[in-house]
Amino acid sequence: MVHPLDSGVSRHILRDMIRIRAVEEAIADRYGEQKMRCPTHLSIGQEGPAAAVGAVLGPEDLAVSGHRAHAHYLAKGGDLPAMIAEIYGKATGCSRGNGGSMHLVDEAVGFMGSTAIVGGTVPVGVGLALSLAVRRKPGLVCIFIGDAVLETGVFYESAGFAAVRKLPVLFVCENNLYSVYSPLEVRQPAGRALSDVAAAVGLQASSGDGNDPRAAYGLLKSAADRARSGDGPQFVELATYRWREHCGPLFDNDLGYRSEAEYLVWKARDPIPRLMQELREEGALDPAWLAAAEAEIRAEIEAAFAFAEASPFPDPVLASTDIYSREIAPFP
Amino acid sequence: MTYAEAVRDALAVALEQDPAVIVYGLGAPDPKGVFGTTLGLQEQFGADRVFDMPTAENAMTGVGIGAALGGLRPVLTHQRLDFALLSLDQIINNAAKWRFMFGGRRGVPLTIRMILGRGWGQGPTHSQNLQAIFAHIPGLCVVSPATPADAKGLLLSAIFGQDPVIFLEHRWLHGARGETPAGDHRVPIGRAHRLRQGGDVTVVASSILSLEALQAVDHVALQGVACDLIDLRSIRPLDWDAIESSVRKTGRLLVLDPGHETGGVAGEIVARITTRCWGHLRAPPSRLAMPDAPESTSPALTLGYHVRAEHIAEAIGDLVGAPLEVSSLSARPHPHDVPGNDFQGPF
Ligand SMILES: Cc1ncc(C[n+]2csc(CCOP(=O)(O)OP(=O)(O)O)c2C)c(N)n1
Ligand SMILES: [Mg+2]
Repeated sequence: MVHPLDSGVSRHILRDMIRIRAVEEAIADRYGEQKMRCPTHLSIGQEGPAAAVGAVLGPEDLAVSGHRAHAHYLAKGGDLPAMIAEIYGKATGCSRGNGGSMHLVDEAVGFMGSTAIVGGTVPVGVGLALSLAVRRKPGLVCIFIGDAVLETGVFYESAGFAAVRKLPVLFVCENNLYSVYSPLEVRQPAGRALSDVAAAVGLQASSGDGNDPRAAYGLLKSAADRARSGDGPQFVELATYRWREHCGPLFDNDLGYRSEAEYLVWKARDPIPRLMQELREEGALDPAWLAAAEAEIRAEIEAAFAFAEASPFPDPVLASTDIYSREIAPFP
Repeated sequence: MTYAEAVRDALAVALEQDPAVIVYGLGAPDPKGVFGTTLGLQEQFGADRVFDMPTAENAMTGVGIGAALGGLRPVLTHQRLDFALLSLDQIINNAAKWRFMFGGRRGVPLTIRMILGRGWGQGPTHSQNLQAIFAHIPGLCVVSPATPADAKGLLLSAIFGQDPVIFLEHRWLHGARGETPAGDHRVPIGRAHRLRQGGDVTVVASSILSLEALQAVDHVALQGVACDLIDLRSIRPLDWDAIESSVRKTGRLLVLDPGHETGGVAGEIVARITTRCWGHLRAPPSRLAMPDAPESTSPALTLGYHVRAEHIAEAIGDLVGAPLEVSSLSARPHPHDVPGNDFQGPF
């Protein structure tokens, strides 16, 4: 059986998921060394949506994200060594060490920034879309959000404006059922789907399984095409699950806020082996290609950590720079 | 008990004593219990009165205001002050003004706990102490206790008072231990506490800087410099009498400020005391505050960022015009960006 999605795109998604997982696991493995001294939110288990988005977006498209952004940054083509160096607080980091894991940026590939306040980049993404519209530039803005963002006022205010102006915005909502330790039940009324809420405020909304990345790709691709062709802002909700603790490298199912059984159900829906298996059955996965991809990824990650470790820390005199432009005299 | 336990104890006492008290905030009933400060409260007092909330800080602050007007005594908790910034509208335009804009009919007894982050790369938006912003607003009370006993006493006074109170608690104080009175222990809002008595220099501090100052003041005492150490406890209203009477005695003032220097609370204290005590001053008043720069995530850029005991001792030396030995104060058994070796992040 042949999947309707082009096998090259499928392999691109698979490779990205493998790469994101490997990077995140390398961070988790080394976090205990205490050299990465900042709050760090991993996407292990929920690589599907990021990888699918990565295959949909083009170089002219922009993206913004929140606290759990490593996967988004990498899928958009962000510089891996600069990200690892940023987590190490080094001068070569993508934010020169000032921002850490939660403040990633790589404007060269259209990743315009991720920030640490929930919902904080939603209006910024809409504003970037406004700039595309006013300057008549092609492309769209992808705004990565978690399920908790639909609780913030700024989401509704921003979505409303985007809908009024039919801005080229693609909201990608990774619904992983939790906000820190809080399940959806204490945050949303029973029986109300996030995508229905989004639709009610004027976004064209759809939802699907984020752990089936090819299905996710289908939803995202049609939404992105609509956004690009002037149909207005889009919202795609993708169900997925974070395997590890909210913040940090460990597992925390023992805390009791969610059950081990629930985790195991989601682990069985691991998007990576699933897509691998499908491609194998379709005869679209050459073992040599896979082995080469895995080797490349391993080497790339080793090099990125070596780069981060070898990089210098920022010079302490820089602690008070980059606050204003050079035109504004600093305080004495 | 620890500071965190003292906060929890105050909440339990209040919940027990008055069915109008409610406690809510992101993660209030979660398994870690907001750094231990709300542990078990939902089990004990029920999900009607102790509950989680959506990530909707501004709305949930307004909800607290309405609930207070409706007769409840709400305590809203934020895991970081930085998240509460989304609610500045409700805090400043509604909570702080309600009594005034409706002719003094009724105030808003709402307590808003804000936890101040620091270290382990908390960075630009997880580590801000913006006490000055809140202290700038007529109608708000701001407290920033340094000890478990004061945390408990001020929290109970806040909850059972008639005004909105911003309750600032430093993440690094949660593990600090101290004697804490049992039961309904209250500390009046607006009254400072003198931690050390001396005639040479007046040192004014609050929150974690009171503990740094304690080390510094005890250290310089061994070298013959005796300080009055005033722990403000309340930032607004501020205990002007305590500072003024001390400065009339010592003639020298050092104010410590855990916020940025420009526009900070220390600047206000220096200005007012200089005006009022001009004739008594023997040296220009001085202050130590956070730099006018955001806190970086990189540990390399936070090395000198926070005011430490050694900086305080040095500033005391400058005020009395005698070089003091301070270097032994800088020896610490753990990295500068954690409160102790058991703290390994990530939050
Ligand atoms: C305004 C604000 N409130 C609270 C927080 C604390 N916080 C950090 S991440 C997070 C959970 C967000 O959940 P979700 O959007 O579902 O993303 P996920 O962590 O599940 O990927 C919260 C509440 C914050 N950063 N900003
Ligand atoms: Mg979530």
